[in-house]
Amino acid sequence: MTAVAAPTRTVTIRDALRETLRAEMQRDPRVVLLGEDIGAYGGSYAVTRGLVDEFGSERVRDTPIAESAIVGAAVGAAMGGLRPVAELMTTNFALVAIDQIVNHAAKLRHMFGDQFGAPVVIRMVNGWGQLAATHSQSFDAWFAHVPGLHVVAPSNPADAAGLLRNAMRGEDPVVFIEHSRQYAQKGEAADDPDHVVPFGRARLVRPGRDVTLVAWSYCVPMAEAAADRLAKDGIEAEVLDLRSLRPLDREALVESVRRTHRVVCVEESWRSFGVGAEVAATLQDLAFDELDAPVGRVAAREVPMPYSKPLEAACLPAVDDVVAAVRAQIS
Amino acid sequence: MTVVNGLSTENELTMVLALSPQSTAPNVVPAAVADLDLWDVHRAMLRVRRFEELAGQSYAAGKVGGFLHLAIGEEAVCVGATSVLAPHDHLLTHYRDHGWALMRGMDAGRCMAELFGKATGVSGGRGGSMHFADAERRMWGGYAIVGGHLTLATGLAWAAKVQEPGTIACVVFGEGASNIGEFHEAANLAATWNLPILFLCENNGFGMGTRSERAAAVPDVARRAAAYGMPAWQVDGMDVHDVVAGMREACAFVRSGEGPAILEAHTYRFRGHSMADPELYRDKQEVEVMKARDPLAGVVSALREIDAARVEEITAEVEREMQAAVEFAETSPFPDLSTLDEGIVARPDGLTRS
Repeated sequence: MTAVAAPTRTVTIRDALRETLRAEMQRDPRVVLLGEDIGAYGGSYAVTRGLVDEFGSERVRDTPIAESAIVGAAVGAAMGGLRPVAELMTTNFALVAIDQIVNHAAKLRHMFGDQFGAPVVIRMVNGWGQLAATHSQSFDAWFAHVPGLHVVAPSNPADAAGLLRNAMRGEDPVVFIEHSRQYAQKGEAADDPDHVVPFGRARLVRPGRDVTLVAWSYCVPMAEAAADRLAKDGIEAEVLDLRSLRPLDREALVESVRRTHRVVCVEESWRSFGVGAEVAATLQDLAFDELDAPVGRVAAREVPMPYSKPLEAACLPAVDDVVAAVRAQIS
Repeated sequence: MTVVNGLSTENELTMVLALSPQSTAPNVVPAAVADLDLWDVHRAMLRVRRFEELAGQSYAAGKVGGFLHLAIGEEAVCVGATSVLAPHDHLLTHYRDHGWALMRGMDAGRCMAELFGKATGVSGGRGGSMHFADAERRMWGGYAIVGGHLTLATGLAWAAKVQEPGTIACVVFGEGASNIGEFHEAANLAATWNLPILFLCENNGFGMGTRSERAAAVPDVARRAAAYGMPAWQVDGMDVHDVVAGMREACAFVRSGEGPAILEAHTYRFRGHSMADPELYRDKQEVEVMKARDPLAGVVSALREIDAARVEEITAEVEREMQAAVEFAETSPFPDLSTLDEGIVARPDGLTRS
């Protein structure tokens, strides 16, 4: 739980990310960006728009369509003293770079006896929108499974800036998960050029006494909307934004369940073996006696995402599902 | 040595094909490497050979676990190549990395201790045979996922280009790695970005137990350079002179800032792929034929004629060093279990340690 330092101003998540990249590039000449179409094109989601004009094509490098080379080169450059931020156009494409992320970035520090690490930020984008099976996935739990990685996913502009700055100034690889449906989302962001959000600290979005909704990234606004709806029925839902999946703020989970005694975890990934399962196991391990009901999980349907709009909508978690999961616990 | 220009003509390609890894042509010292100190070369190759032999014995004695890939027969490549690299150059290798580590100046005792899984090992007992590294010497490690380190090398070369022009990255890989997609991604990126990187292929003719002709449409890795507009050199990896001559030209090209290059050294391993290899895929006769081209033998017989006593002295010195390395490994402690969780990330909250 971090208090955002005053003064603040209203920006979109996209702007918060771009401004943080720009500020850190101005501050540290070792920072370089690389990825597909991040230069002249401005990035698939326009996060890097304009940066090539300011910093030149040597520091804002367009790459071939070769994700393994993007991540591998970023990791190598980090070993060599640069501070690279790699952009993967979507999370789905991280699969062709998985060897570099899991076998190299995550392993170097420990495998070579803590002689060096890979201070690299790997930005990637979750999302959907009638993009069908191979372009609508999120692998948050996969990455969070791997020792040696930090895995973070902001839900608002302030955290987008603070988590990204912490990632860029750190010493280890960070899988930085953004969401395509959230870039235009506005919010308050700190005006402090040194504002960082340390990893492993969840944010209490909204206090409540009846149930805790655990979420991160795109599902945080969904959980807030569900809490609004439940409030009309007199159910006070607490909303906890994990922000960081590895490390996971287990203390915040336990503290929250001590207040509410009920938990529903909301995620966009498939339910089985997901983050919700880890949350449930954590609470069973650490706060079994505090639970008045089994931990609920709202997640995506376990099918490869279909193209057709009503089918796609039926696969994704929505506010109604969260509300229903809470009601099922309380009734 | 054969120069294979990346933009070469048919004639030049024919030249490449004429050099077969099974060639038994006598070694001729190229004029370009007449200055090579053969005493240094001999000592270095013997150090690698004895380290590997003792590592093999220690494995057989149950002191070393996991996979153990010995470079016996391939010594001329690591010895010749590292003699040309500058101390500030970046080096990454495949998992057959012991010789490269020794030649980069890493201590034999600490290398052996790594094989024994001891706290004093070069990677603290975390890496084992395939993961020797020494960041201070810019030996960035042996890597065990075939081809995985090729793109890491492009990143190191990129950092060098930006921060310290004149430094190059040398990445050592087997010909088997040239068939994985990572090779293409790395070569294409290196050429597109004009990176100072030398792709050094140790072509020992086998991807584990599969002869390279059965795995590659174009087994001569140097010929692939044409696809990326790179120059390439092909050398006899059983002849340290040829390795050095090729390395000098290739490194000079890369260091000049003109872009990446490939150097392919045809070599041969006398032992199995790893200690677990029953070697069912090759004729014992073939191994014996190749042993006649042992990279150490030619050098040592020439030196015996100059000063046989000095040869014996060197043999004894190397033996003492390597026996001491085994002794050091034997007597070193295993890592303390309390350190197990250390060094996974610098700090869980992502902040810097300092």
